[in-house]
Amino acid sequence: MERKNNWKAWLYLSPVIILMAVFTFYPLINTIGISFLRDYDYTTGANAGFTFDNFGYVLGLTGIERNGQMVFYTDVIRYAIPNTLIIVFVTVPLSIIVALLIAVGLNSIRWLKSIFQTIFFMPYVTNAIAVGMVFAVIFDYNGLWNFLFGMNNTYWINGGASSANGMFALCVYIVWHALPYKILIFLSGLQNIDKQYYQAAQIDASPRWKTLMNVTVPLLSPQILYIMITSFIGSFKEYSSIVGLFGKSGTSGQGYNNMYTVVYYIYDSIKNNNTHLGSAAAVMLFLVILVFTVIQFKVSKTRVHY
Amino acid sequence: MAVLPFKRKKTTPEIVDTGAMSGSQNVDTKKLKLVIRVSSLSVESIEKRDRILKIVSTVLVYAFLVVMALVIILPFYWMLITSLKTDTEIRATQQTFWPQEVMWSNYADCLGRFNFPLYLCNTLIVGIISTIGTLITTIFAAFAFARLEFRGKDTLFTVFLMTMMIPGEMMVITNYITVANLGMLGADNPVGVFASMIVPFWVSVFYIYLLRQNFKQIPNELYLASKVDGKSDWNYLWKVMVPLSMPTLISIFILKLMGAWNSYVWPNLVADNENYRLISNGLRTAFTTTAGDPEYGLQMAATVLVTVPLLLLFIFFRKYIMRGVGRAGIKG
Repeated sequence: MERKNNWKAWLYLSPVIILMAVFTFYPLINTIGISFLRDYDYTTGANAGFTFDNFGYVLGLTGIERNGQMVFYTDVIRYAIPNTLIIVFVTVPLSIIVALLIAVGLNSIRWLKSIFQTIFFMPYVTNAIAVGMVFAVIFDYNGLWNFLFGMNNTYWINGGASSANGMFALCVYIVWHALPYKILIFLSGLQNIDKQYYQAAQIDASPRWKTLMNVTVPLLSPQILYIMITSFIGSFKEYSSIVGLFGKSGTSGQGYNNMYTVVYYIYDSIKNNNTHLGSAAAVMLFLVILVFTVIQFKVSKTRVHY
Repeated sequence: MAVLPFKRKKTTPEIVDTGAMSGSQNVDTKKLKLVIRVSSLSVESIEKRDRILKIVSTVLVYAFLVVMALVIILPFYWMLITSLKTDTEIRATQQTFWPQEVMWSNYADCLGRFNFPLYLCNTLIVGIISTIGTLITTIFAAFAFARLEFRGKDTLFTVFLMTMMIPGEMMVITNYITVANLGMLGADNPVGVFASMIVPFWVSVFYIYLLRQNFKQIPNELYLASKVDGKSDWNYLWKVMVPLSMPTLISIFILKLMGAWNSYVWPNLVADNENYRLISNGLRTAFTTTAGDPEYGLQMAATVLVTVPLLLLFIFFRKYIMRGVGRAGIKG
């Protein structure tokens, strides 16, 4: 019986294992391998041997000799990395706080609750490209944003808008798009909190915001941790939203890639047959995400209450 | 006796004699009343103040929710009305919240130049085939992990879960090289292009996890009963487990279909040819004048066409979508 089940189980698992071997495990190893190859050409497999330079080149630390001069590539270090960090450290905390407030509000009302719930979930069922284009209209020079806030003569997404303005529009869009998932997760967490805690808080006459900070947030900490980890990973990989908002060029009309993110660079590397550099960037991204995730798990050990 | 809310810490309860002690040595406790005096407030005024506070806070909560709901809805509304405006009105300094002249012709122009039926067809082919493939592999794997016993089960499952932490960008480069070197990306090779948009997405560890949780909830007794009846594992899986897990399977089906509708990055890499584009890829490049200025009215009409099917799906399958998406957070 035991033995029979053994091979049967592997038979049931075989489609998944084969597919994951080809499209997950092999690529993982292969990409790490490519990142150490000099001048790798994926169409022929030709390369010039083992090197660590790809990492240095992506980060703008190592130059490449061209016409007798050392050329440093700085798009990643100047635009992609700062942009990625801004997206991560602005949109993740902001969207978590707003989503938490909305979820707490939704949880405390009865009238019209399901209509509100439906509305707040709507951005989730949208196409990132399509809505990005809508935000491009809103943030146009003659768009709704400038009209509503009386900001004439401000470019946000095109016409040579400054990087800061471009990032602002991008962050607004990302937060808008990130809210529904977080609200949903927080709301399902809130509904599982025992009402007794709130009754106890009421008897102690604790004010509402204190109840929020001292009862709701700690009891919701598993969900908050989950959301933090997933949205940190997600916003390190922001790509479609940038294409949606700025178009395929990855610039706010400055003439260079000032709206680049790390992932944007990785995808560009495929088109430019620079996969060894793209792989190096991917490996670094992976390591950074890994470190962040480990830190969050470590912090969670002392802060999260299960 | 009214239930007294204890609202302040510095309160001294006192007993008010309402005639219980007069004349008799035995105290009639039922006539004693507990009164808490808070800075000269009576029970009635405390209750009144509480009610007012509650109304005020409820109003504030609703106000906050209404404002946020407007922020959420505004882009949808703007998309809709922009799709009905003339180009001059869209670019006017004075923005209007209702089109002065309703331009239904935007939609006709849009359908004339944006090959919506083709993109729709491509997206449905990719979406449905990759969804069916995913469902099959997911059912098999979840069954093995939930019901069967084999060596290395826990280790394998942990390894699977760990792959969810790895950014997909690690795989994309090599996967692109794989399909490109297999010669699948030629403009004259529709089967190859579609296969490369479908096959890599036949596995989803997250859905395996979701379905395994669901399978595990099915009581063991059913399995043993079917064994007594002489049913094989295969029959048990399709006759008992799959029908019982229908809600989860429907959730997976819809979410996966939505994923195909929204996928941009990978199709953009592999389907360079106009004829094989999916809906998102066709959308972004559509309707830009030769000077590089976007034709916003037409763009928004196309955007409406892409968004409405999703919203319809959401309205009809709201329960399944929200349950499927929300399931992730429950276990933390």
